[in-house]
Amino acid sequence: MKRYNPIVLIAQVSPISAILGLFLIVPIATILIVSFWDYSEFMLLPDFVWTNYYDTLSSFVTYKTYLNTFKYTILTWFFTLLIGFPVSYFLCFHVRTLRWQIVLFLICTIPFWTSNIIRMISWIPFLGRNGVFNSMLISLGLTNEPLEFLLFSDFAIVLAFVHLYTLFMVVPIFNSMMRIDRSVLEAAIDAGANGWQVLTNIVIPLCKPGIAIGSIFVVTLVMGDYITVRMMGGGLRASVGVMMWNEISLLLYPPAAANAVVLLVVVLILVSLMMRVVDLKKEL
Amino acid sequence: MDKTNQSGNSVEFPSKKGQSVSRRNLLKTGSAVVAGTAIGSNAITGFPTIWAQNIKNVTLRQFGTGVSNINEIAKRAKQDLGITLQMTALDTDSTAQRVVTQPRSFDIADIEYFTLKKVWGSGNMQPMDIRKLKYYDQIVGTFKNGKLTPSSKIAQGTAPHTVSFVENPTDRKFAKGQTNWYTMVPTIYNADTLGIRPDLIKRPISSWTELLNPEFRGKASILNIASIGIMDAAMVCEAMGEVQYGDKGNMTQAEIDKTMAIFTEAKQAGQFRAFWKTFDESVNLMASGEVVIQSMWSPAITKVRSMGIPCVYQPLKEGYRSWGGGLGLSRNLAGLELDAAYEYINWYLSGWVGGLLMRQGYYSAAPATSKLYMSEDEWGFWFEGKAAKNDIVNPFGQKMEPAGAKRDGGSFYERMGKVECWNSVMDENRYMVRKWNEFIAS
Repeated sequence: MKRYNPIVLIAQVSPISAILGLFLIVPIATILIVSFWDYSEFMLLPDFVWTNYYDTLSSFVTYKTYLNTFKYTILTWFFTLLIGFPVSYFLCFHVRTLRWQIVLFLICTIPFWTSNIIRMISWIPFLGRNGVFNSMLISLGLTNEPLEFLLFSDFAIVLAFVHLYTLFMVVPIFNSMMRIDRSVLEAAIDAGANGWQVLTNIVIPLCKPGIAIGSIFVVTLVMGDYITVRMMGGGLRASVGVMMWNEISLLLYPPAAANAVVLLVVVLILVSLMMRVVDLKKEL
Repeated sequence: MDKTNQSGNSVEFPSKKGQSVSRRNLLKTGSAVVAGTAIGSNAITGFPTIWAQNIKNVTLRQFGTGVSNINEIAKRAKQDLGITLQMTALDTDSTAQRVVTQPRSFDIADIEYFTLKKVWGSGNMQPMDIRKLKYYDQIVGTFKNGKLTPSSKIAQGTAPHTVSFVENPTDRKFAKGQTNWYTMVPTIYNADTLGIRPDLIKRPISSWTELLNPEFRGKASILNIASIGIMDAAMVCEAMGEVQYGDKGNMTQAEIDKTMAIFTEAKQAGQFRAFWKTFDESVNLMASGEVVIQSMWSPAITKVRSMGIPCVYQPLKEGYRSWGGGLGLSRNLAGLELDAAYEYINWYLSGWVGGLLMRQGYYSAAPATSKLYMSEDEWGFWFEGKAAKNDIVNPFGQKMEPAGAKRDGGSFYERMGKVECWNSVMDENRYMVRKWNEFIAS
């Protein structure tokens, strides 16, 4: 066996360990430590207490908020998949030339040239009580009263999420689809499969890694979001992120840290469940 | 005063004519003779006064909330006193944190009175010797004995006079009455109430109860800053007769529970269109018509009105919720820097800053000195509640009100005389914050 020079080995491993250590391990360890601290109105008191976890886990608001967050997550996941899959399918199988595939794909990314916040805020004047959409409905005579549920509601929140995150679904699915060997499709059609059978028996199973990666993106992004829920919900709706952000703005760092640890555990469980459905290591 | 001063450009273009008038007026106000000549003449010549000679190279680090951390003040201080001011703007919660955790990072704290109550115990601030405050006599009674006029009643909450004095310079507890040691010199304050859109409501509003009136379902809003929002909520619940408070500024757990229960019920019934956290959010909600009645701050009302949208800062029969801020000194200030800080604070109260703040709709702690830096029409509109003779323009040159307009709520004494409660910090603060958080999340 070849023996590696330990100095070379350390040199090769240290950049990634330094980055992960500094930007992942240290912050998470800090949050974990602070989550056990006590606090007064304006000070952190180093200690080891369980009250932060007790307060978080014993409050009905926490469960309500988690339920709400799951609702946003599931709806967003469903709609991004519903939109993302056909878009990828179209790009991959209906667009024949590579040049047009690239052009159309770039068009999909145009909204991402502006910031998240701007794309979100632009919905507000559109959906408002006296906004563009309501004025249009009224002038077309479709309704007499402006529709109030359009803004500062669950509808608005999910709409913004879907708008923001569909591309995260499109990209990995498109990527998996492009790697499907076309001869497999030809063989299926030669063997007498119709379009539906090709889709369900070949395309979807072979896209599973892409769907899984896209789902992980969407689920983790939505679970951790606070600004979309706050802006589009008008501050009335809560998600786990909003709850933490409220605590942070009131200088309640230890409860916020405890909340963050709980959220981290929940999200890790979700991701590991998704990994079970698809063995990413094998598929990639 | 001539035009340049009215339009607020006096920073760039100090007008000799205007200054000489103000100096003459200053000379008339007996108690301020010495300082008046000094500051007046220094404003004309641009040279520091005799005793200010050695402080001109001093740098003072000040932090505070956005309202009074205005660059114009630093520029003018440099010009008048030679002192360099480094201003840092923070949100209210962060100001408390800064005093407690980073006492060496500031010389002057520009904080609210309820914040002062929270942080004085840390021992990181020092009181001021009243004998060195030239304009102490000009400061209104609200900040001395709690009474605006001898017949006023003292409002609930953290009334400024309750946290304004200590017996000895090193005390961490506040004194009961007036002493020689002033914890903070008041600089800015106002009386807050509900803002409404009269064009969309189309009927008179006279009580805090209207915030929860089902008539405005889906069109009301309240601010989501716990220590201030809870006070607005208490004003509403008390006006409804649902909750009787011992002291709205220091509620018991049961009172907090009842208040939050009423508001949670209203929230679930869809009373609120949104909650706001920043000044701009409140302006947008009102201007777009999403909300027709909400808690609001005075300059936000003027902002909406300056867009040409009718908006009224509605005086209500139960009274106002008030807030106030001032300048306090860091414990670490000593020697020349301490002298400079006194010099700066005396200058702050001498009128120019007061005029700058009053012309934005706030009140100055020493109104009589501010009058010298306002036109008669501005003074009449902002302070006396009279109809404006000409367009009212703010210090930054924007038109605030057309000729003929009157200030909502009337004169200074009508508005500040009807303060029911001050922003406060409660003994049950931690419990209150948790309940407020639950209300927002529910």
